[in-house]
Amino acid sequence: MTRPEDLAAQWRRAVAHTSLVSMDRKSMLWFLTGLSRELVDAAVTGDRASAVGRSVGMRLVEAHFTEPDALEKSLSLLGERLQAAVPDGVDATKRVAGMLAGIAAGYARALQSLTRREQQQIAAAAFTARSEAEARFRSVFDVAVIGIAVSRLDGEILQVNKALAEMLGYVPPEIEGRQFWEFTHPSDPPHAWEQVKQLLEGEFDHVRMEKPYRRKDGTSILTNLVLSLIRDEHARPQYVVSLMENITDQRHMQDRLRHQALHDPLTDLPNRTLFFERLDAALVGGGPEHGPGICYLDLDGFKAINDTLGHGTGDALLRTLAQRLLARLGSDGHLVARMGGDEFVVLVERSSGIEHLQDVARAALDVVRRPVLLDGHTITVTASIGVVQYSEGGTGAAELMKAADTTMYWAKADGQDRIALFDRGRHQRDVTRFALSSRMPKALANGEFYVEYQPLVRMRDHKMVGVEALTRWRLPDGRRLGPADFIPLAEQTGLIVPLGREILTTACRQAVEWANAESPLPLVMSVNLAQRQVREPTFTEDLETILDETGCPPHMLELELTESDLMGTDRDSLDTLRTIAAMGVRIAIDDFGTGYSNLAYLRHLPVHTLKLAGPFISGGLDGSAGNGADATVDVEVVASVVQLAHVLGLSVTAESIETPTQQQRLLALGCDTGQGWFFAPSLPPARIPQLAAAPTWPAAADA
Amino acid sequence: MTGAPGWSSRDIDYTKPSVARVYDYYLGGSHNFESDRLFGEQALKAMPHLPTILRDNRAFLRRVVRHLTAAGVDQFLDLGSGIPTVGNVHEVAQEVNPQARIVYVDHDPVAIAHSHSLLDGNGRATAISADIRNPRQVVADAVATGLLDLDRPVAVLLIAVLHFVHDHDDPAGIIAGYVDRVAPGSHVAISHARADGQAALRDAAKVYDQDTSPNSMRLRTAAEVQELFGDLTMVPPGVVLLPRWHPEQGDDPDEKAADVPDDYPGLAGLARRD
Repeated sequence: MTRPEDLAAQWRRAVAHTSLVSMDRKSMLWFLTGLSRELVDAAVTGDRASAVGRSVGMRLVEAHFTEPDALEKSLSLLGERLQAAVPDGVDATKRVAGMLAGIAAGYARALQSLTRREQQQIAAAAFTARSEAEARFRSVFDVAVIGIAVSRLDGEILQVNKALAEMLGYVPPEIEGRQFWEFTHPSDPPHAWEQVKQLLEGEFDHVRMEKPYRRKDGTSILTNLVLSLIRDEHARPQYVVSLMENITDQRHMQDRLRHQALHDPLTDLPNRTLFFERLDAALVGGGPEHGPGICYLDLDGFKAINDTLGHGTGDALLRTLAQRLLARLGSDGHLVARMGGDEFVVLVERSSGIEHLQDVARAALDVVRRPVLLDGHTITVTASIGVVQYSEGGTGAAELMKAADTTMYWAKADGQDRIALFDRGRHQRDVTRFALSSRMPKALANGEFYVEYQPLVRMRDHKMVGVEALTRWRLPDGRRLGPADFIPLAEQTGLIVPLGREILTTACRQAVEWANAESPLPLVMSVNLAQRQVREPTFTEDLETILDETGCPPHMLELELTESDLMGTDRDSLDTLRTIAAMGVRIAIDDFGTGYSNLAYLRHLPVHTLKLAGPFISGGLDGSAGNGADATVDVEVVASVVQLAHVLGLSVTAESIETPTQQQRLLALGCDTGQGWFFAPSLPPARIPQLAAAPTWPAAADA
Repeated sequence: MTGAPGWSSRDIDYTKPSVARVYDYYLGGSHNFESDRLFGEQALKAMPHLPTILRDNRAFLRRVVRHLTAAGVDQFLDLGSGIPTVGNVHEVAQEVNPQARIVYVDHDPVAIAHSHSLLDGNGRATAISADIRNPRQVVADAVATGLLDLDRPVAVLLIAVLHFVHDHDDPAGIIAGYVDRVAPGSHVAISHARADGQAALRDAAKVYDQDTSPNSMRLRTAAEVQELFGDLTMVPPGVVLLPRWHPEQGDDPDEKAADVPDDYPGLAGLARRD
């Protein structure tokens, strides 16, 4: 007879690997031994065989012998071996059959219930996982700072989060259920709703726009709105999700920053940047018929106001004028900008022509002229305005502005408080002058400047007693320029200082050369001097150096200063002149009679020679010119000047003598020296000695 | 093992199989859905005796937990715990030592939800949702449960999970990340699908490379598994065929552990941080 323990061992071997059972060998054997005992008992006693079977089947499942294999193997083993475990003589066939049926039934019921339980568990777990995830998502929806709305395709708003409701000043239920078409705004971007419709029709999946919304309290906000189409698994549009961000403050900030970047902080007028933006746009958009025009305005004497009344008052004046200009011209649609300092510009974006611009400029002049009451002072200022019409001034904004600026300076130069219109020819000359003056340093380095000499002839005996050194400029293209063409430029730029030093050296060296020649020719070397040179603090030293280096005796050198230069001389320059005179160098007043001279003052100046200007000579001394009365006055004036000069101990040189008549009269009036085409033009140095030896001019009448 | 632990409901898609539920299906459980069963069937076609291997794997888990419990380890960090069917770590460990503490880790939100309901009322075991490839985060979260004390040895269990971690994720580095954070005396247990075993496993693994697969697999050789342990001290017999790792001593002559075929497709090993 098989013992239950043996039956269990066979049973264990049969089912050990059929299912996942968390038992080691011993436990499993112990478990199955228990079951075997119950089964054998029931088979023997016949008590409740089927019920015991059901219980065993159930416990197999509980122990997780859940694979059908385990049941099959168990039933077949028990069917074969259970009879053998029953004492001989007991026919357990029927009971065993009942028991096996019970095991199968119990197993099936338990497995069914386990399966249901596990399915229920996993479904619950899945549900829990999903609802946890959804809760997390929901909390994101709720706490998001960005506004979120979910709408149906027909426009019904299903759900909004708190952020969105708050942005619009509502609570969510006040918005949910409404149509999003209700949220139109007068300032909606063009095509906004068209785009929304296209989204709803599935043409786009996303639409982004900046859309304003009216809040419940009536105020408006600007939002950055992104609409996204939500599709189902068959790609059919289902919902629209709106993400809304309030960018009102951001936009205000941007606007403010942009305003700051484009406006002048003092006057709040548009600044250079904005002006050029608008000018560029006008240049592109205007066309030749209605191109833009510019009035460039600069206050006259503004520096003096700043200096005398203080910057505070100066700023207040600028603010007032800015407001007035804007009020008068801005209303016509013109852009009034401040370019900096006391410069303003009016941009007429579509000008019908120069008359139009002139009207605008006149209006601006009138505005500026109106007195301004500031801190108890009534201030009256004027302005100079340069007016340029596009197509005259050039093609680009920069050129146009340059032309306007230049033109404004013409208005200044012409006497201020006026308008100057752009003139191409004048501008061209300015440009040429500018080109020349910027070339000059290079020309000096290249040795393009050279000196010619014009004889100074003693009137009494027509003997050459000196020469005037005259600077010439030979340009690389072969053109030759006289002093009038470039000396003023050199004075402006300051190049006169090195240039003058070079000319002086050349002249002195030349004088020495002639004086020391085989047949010595001691000539007074007369050299022009600009005020700017005299002002140079090192001028005296430079002069001494030049005299030393060239070996030129001071008494051979005469320096010419124009009448206006000399009269405008300040104390320091006067000291310089006195020092020079003390060194023995002669000083001449050039162009005498062209400016204003305080004759009494003359005697305080260290002057040795007075050179009568050309117009003086041609005025009345030429028998052919002028009417009798005027000519007589001129002659009288010259006679008095010569007399006065002689009283002061000055020698008199007559410049620009061209005719014998002039020569005779000037001689008669007592002029000591003559210069001019009547004697000789300026000549290269090589010609001078021969001319001195054999003059080409007529001999003196009484020589 | 893709993506972060299920954060949003988007990650919970019952129409796609999950590694944890497919595994449950292989083990005869009913914690699974149609998609899991359909997927599981495909692998079974390639390898009909796969469930046997997986039962061996669960048996290894039981043996190794018992071994560790006997060695006095009472803290367990079960990485990639899946859906517990029967014979879970806490059952095995707490049977011997009711004070044993267990933290299960998985990235499958359903597995975690199920674990929570299963562990409801068990104050010494819980489950957390995390990506096991991030040891820093996992250990921090595990400690935050209050169950683990890093000053005492912890058993880090990587049962049938590393073959879902690819080389570009640096599995050895991940393991080192755990080892660095646990006290001396801690252990690392690994079971792993074998690259150079039965061809059928490789076919089954290919099923996991399909588009519908929850995760693709990286099978490894014994030498590669050995490398995963780094410089830990191997507990004898080292990395061996899974059933040969401390088999139960049987009195039954026709059931010998030595019967394990040489091309058996699973490997296992246990190592200790000294």
